[in-house]
Amino acid sequence: MMADVKRLGVYLKDYLKESILSPLFKLLEALMDLLVPLVVAYAINEGIGNGDNNVIIRCFVLLIALAIAGMLFSFTAQYFAAKASVGFATRLRQSLFDHILSLSYKELDASGSDTLISRMTSDINQLQTGVNMSLRLLLRSPFIVFGSMIMAFMIDVRSALIFVISIPVLSAVVFGIMYVSIPLFAKAQHALDKLLGITRENLSGVRVIRAFCKEDDEIREFDEKAHDLTLINEHVGRLSALMNPLTYVIVNIATIILIRYSAFRVYAGQIRQGDVVALYNYMAQIIVELIKLASLTITINRSIACGDRVAKILELRSSMSYKTEEIRQTGEIAVRFSDVSFAYNNSSADSLENASFEIRKKETVGIIGSTGSGKSTLANLICRFYDVDKGKVEVLGHDVKDYPQGVLLEKIGIVPQKAVLFEGSIRDNLKWGNESASDEDLYEAISIAQATEVIANKKDGLDEWIEQGGRNLSGGQRQRLTIARALVKKPEILIMDDSASALDFATDFRLRKAIRQLKDMTVFIVSQRCSSVKDADKILVLNDGMIVGQGSHEELLTACKTYQEIYYSQFPEQRPENKEVFA
Amino acid sequence: MKKNSFETLKKVLIFIGRYRLLLVLSIILAAVSVVLQLYIPILFGDTIDLIIGKGNVLFAEIGSYLIRIGILLAITAISMWVMNLVNNRISYRVTEDIRRKAIRQIQHLPLSYLDGHSAGDIVQRIIADSDQLSDGILLGFSQLFSGVIMIFVTLYFMFSKNVMITWMVILLTPVSFLVAKFISERSYEMFSHQAQVKGRQTALINEMIGNEKIVKAFAYEKKASERFDAINKDLQKYSQKAIFYSSLTNPSTRAVNNVIYALVLLVGSMRIMKGYLSVGGLTVLLSYANQYMKPFNDISSVITELQNSLSCADRIFELIEAETQSKDPDKQLPVTNGQIDIKDVNFSYQKDRKLIENFNLHCDPGMTIAIVGPTGCGKTTLINLLMRFYDVDSGMIKVDDQDIKEVSRRSLRKNYGMVLQETWLKNDSVRNNINIGKPDASDEEIIEACKKSHSYEFIRRLPNGLDTIIDDDSLSQGQKQLLCISRVMLCMPPMLILDEATSSIDTRTEIYIQNAFNDLMKGRTSFIVAHRLSTIRNADQIIVMNDGKIVEQGNHEQLLKRKGFYAKLYNSQFAPTE
Repeated sequence: MMADVKRLGVYLKDYLKESILSPLFKLLEALMDLLVPLVVAYAINEGIGNGDNNVIIRCFVLLIALAIAGMLFSFTAQYFAAKASVGFATRLRQSLFDHILSLSYKELDASGSDTLISRMTSDINQLQTGVNMSLRLLLRSPFIVFGSMIMAFMIDVRSALIFVISIPVLSAVVFGIMYVSIPLFAKAQHALDKLLGITRENLSGVRVIRAFCKEDDEIREFDEKAHDLTLINEHVGRLSALMNPLTYVIVNIATIILIRYSAFRVYAGQIRQGDVVALYNYMAQIIVELIKLASLTITINRSIACGDRVAKILELRSSMSYKTEEIRQTGEIAVRFSDVSFAYNNSSADSLENASFEIRKKETVGIIGSTGSGKSTLANLICRFYDVDKGKVEVLGHDVKDYPQGVLLEKIGIVPQKAVLFEGSIRDNLKWGNESASDEDLYEAISIAQATEVIANKKDGLDEWIEQGGRNLSGGQRQRLTIARALVKKPEILIMDDSASALDFATDFRLRKAIRQLKDMTVFIVSQRCSSVKDADKILVLNDGMIVGQGSHEELLTACKTYQEIYYSQFPEQRPENKEVFA
Repeated sequence: MKKNSFETLKKVLIFIGRYRLLLVLSIILAAVSVVLQLYIPILFGDTIDLIIGKGNVLFAEIGSYLIRIGILLAITAISMWVMNLVNNRISYRVTEDIRRKAIRQIQHLPLSYLDGHSAGDIVQRIIADSDQLSDGILLGFSQLFSGVIMIFVTLYFMFSKNVMITWMVILLTPVSFLVAKFISERSYEMFSHQAQVKGRQTALINEMIGNEKIVKAFAYEKKASERFDAINKDLQKYSQKAIFYSSLTNPSTRAVNNVIYALVLLVGSMRIMKGYLSVGGLTVLLSYANQYMKPFNDISSVITELQNSLSCADRIFELIEAETQSKDPDKQLPVTNGQIDIKDVNFSYQKDRKLIENFNLHCDPGMTIAIVGPTGCGKTTLINLLMRFYDVDSGMIKVDDQDIKEVSRRSLRKNYGMVLQETWLKNDSVRNNINIGKPDASDEEIIEACKKSHSYEFIRRLPNGLDTIIDDDSLSQGQKQLLCISRVMLCMPPMLILDEATSSIDTRTEIYIQNAFNDLMKGRTSFIVAHRLSTIRNADQIIVMNDGKIVEQGNHEQLLKRKGFYAKLYNSQFAPTE
């Protein structure tokens, strides 16, 4: 686990100076703290003991000087720590963001965007805190603990032996309790998650629960889980309840022994009263620092876990490699699949199996099939969002793997299934297709996409602001704008992945008609509706990952059983046996 | 604290009433341990006074002092320990009590409340707010209480040692508060800048990474990275300042404390030399001067915590005190024939937006009523009224001539079988998901129902058959719906509410579901949210809805003839476009 986190050290490299100076200044500050009991002891022994006012005033001035010096050292340390930790997090965040954007669809599917987002936000924030705290405190607390012990040695070697024994005992208790309770905390968290799950279930299923009169059963189950959680919490609580009293007792017993022993030493004239006070003070300091160290350990542990997760994402490598040679385009074939098979991550069954077909330039192609039949997969492979497992995909006469990065996608306009727009003006959004498009270009695309009325209704026209996720637009409006966005690109190949689903049939029809007039474009229309694809030059019928038919509507209607099934389920009145009845 | 905070507090106190003895015990133990923790240093100080110098140590008295310390030490430790246990018990049990109460409330709240609040928000109240309430209020109080005792006891002991020095400490302490306040005001501005930039950054992350596939499809990576970089640099600037400024608080207040400490030493030593104070006394004053600040800091953070908890408490009480649905009549609706009469029904969710007006419908046992309309037309409203998830505003709904308001909701709902498109399955075995309406069903009955509803075929192929535990993604949408149908098939209620599959289900499963529906509907009064032309055409009555309102009503032929909304819908959905 540590190994992964260590890789993140690179991001601290530019802040090496700060990362060294910060703890160093912290140690200087701690040193000031450690000197205080010595000064007090001196004041008592030499000042009060000899009735010397000057000594006491000197001690006072010294203490003030120590206080101010300590403060300045600490300020410096805090400054360097803030600079290093924030700088570290900033760099890490930027590289992680760029790295995530460089991953291919395959890795994205495996990680899931929720996970990636939480790595970018909460995990890195936690790491920043962890680095900051470590720089400030990780060395300070042990330094004070051992410093106190060394100071005690300087005062009186024999008395200091009491420190040598009590420090390990205290540490054992503090860290022992922590060590035992951390796994229990995880267990408690698990029980809480369970309770959370059932609460959600109760809310999402409220209608079903009431319809089946299961309220009492749900209550019973919730009560059980809530009680389980209480029991685990109390169990953990019993352990941590020991922490304060135990450490308190140990420190004070050590103090009792210390005083008892130093009484002998004073009696024998080996140390003086002020020294006893100093020893007593050092003992008090130790416990405060140990408790701090314990809570710091928890913070650091949590940060290490976060760092580990972040490092794992950084380790992901894009599974795609690109060629660099330029490609001059040739051939009349727009898209050719030769015996292509492909399966998604962790899926045993192929999503596309032995698919072969050929589409000529400027053809309009319909792809139809039920959910999960492999339609979108096919579209994704044309764009090389995934690499095929078997076979070859050629676009415009070349294997998709031969295109340099970005070149293939320049030629393809995609309208994804989910109509997503981004926060910004309509113009900003459409320009995703082409950074340098003029307003005329945009309006042209809008008109083909049947979105003219969407813009016309907005008072700011192209400058109308779209909220995050396009919340302020209806599904149909969003869909038409995403179509326009792809058209702005003026692509050679246009792929519409079930992207007219929110449009009514009339608009869908006008849209297809307008797209037909774009003479130079090869168009793929992926749909579940027969009406959307039946005018295509060629229709590919998919079922269970296999191409079970290709040809025109008429051909398929006579030759392809799956196509017939789909068509007649959508147009029952066209069914031969129904025709009479309907007429 | 404001007046309503006191109200809330009162309610919380009522809630922890069960544990009042424990609470009293906790307070007593807190008092004991605080006083002793402060007293023990004094005894140590006194003991040190007895170690005067070479050849002058009062061993016998030291011994008895140390034994006294030992005994008090044991008492302190035990009271700390028991207090911790007691506090744990109170806080965890109160949380559990609140949650138990909340879940019962959930089952009795009208659906209008549950529909009107986001599920996430309610979960937050039941899980997180209840935790914060018990943690914050109970432990907050015990800390507040200990803090106050600590301040007074400390002052008492300090006064008993030396009045002048004590006054000095009391007067100087506010300086460190001023310093802390000064710094936090400066850093507050940076923190709010930071929060704002962070918000922008999170939004960008959500957009770009949440929709990364589109970002990649349009090769927007570089632009995204540039935009991110700009925000990230801003964030760095503000974060660094915010963290630096706020981290100045501790060293500054510590410096002030150290100055006070030095002053205590100075003045204390002078007093000793004049004979007004002992060395042990000075030790005590020094350690108190150091500690004196702690309860103040604790109290100020506890008060923030308390305010926080009170607002959580408010949120919880808002939930558990929300008005529950009208009381259920005792009268039971027997198993009915399934005759339904809807008479002059008016209904709306919000007063200013009328939805259903003067709705009348009569259906004989066994009739099929199709509900038709574009997505989001408000078909669930009808289901809400039939199942009495919501009550009608006026008019009445009768089942077998019995006004459904006059019978218990349960007995009414037992008469309905409901299969919705948003399937709801528990994270439990297939069996327990199916027998939900008839828990005592035998395996034979369950299998029979599954066979009839065409789900047995895939259930049989699951790794553990009926005992397979279902989680969110182990079944396809269509399979989930088949399970929900099996559920209803097992109970065989006289009336049905069904939601026909739309495009999200593949053709083959859709045919299964269709067949299952047809089997189910035989001889039962059925309301079906319909998408398929055949279903619609075969229905005895069609209710056409748009924008939440019932716009037309009649059978297929009647409605077509009317050339209204239905006819338009029919032509755009089903008729060929060319």
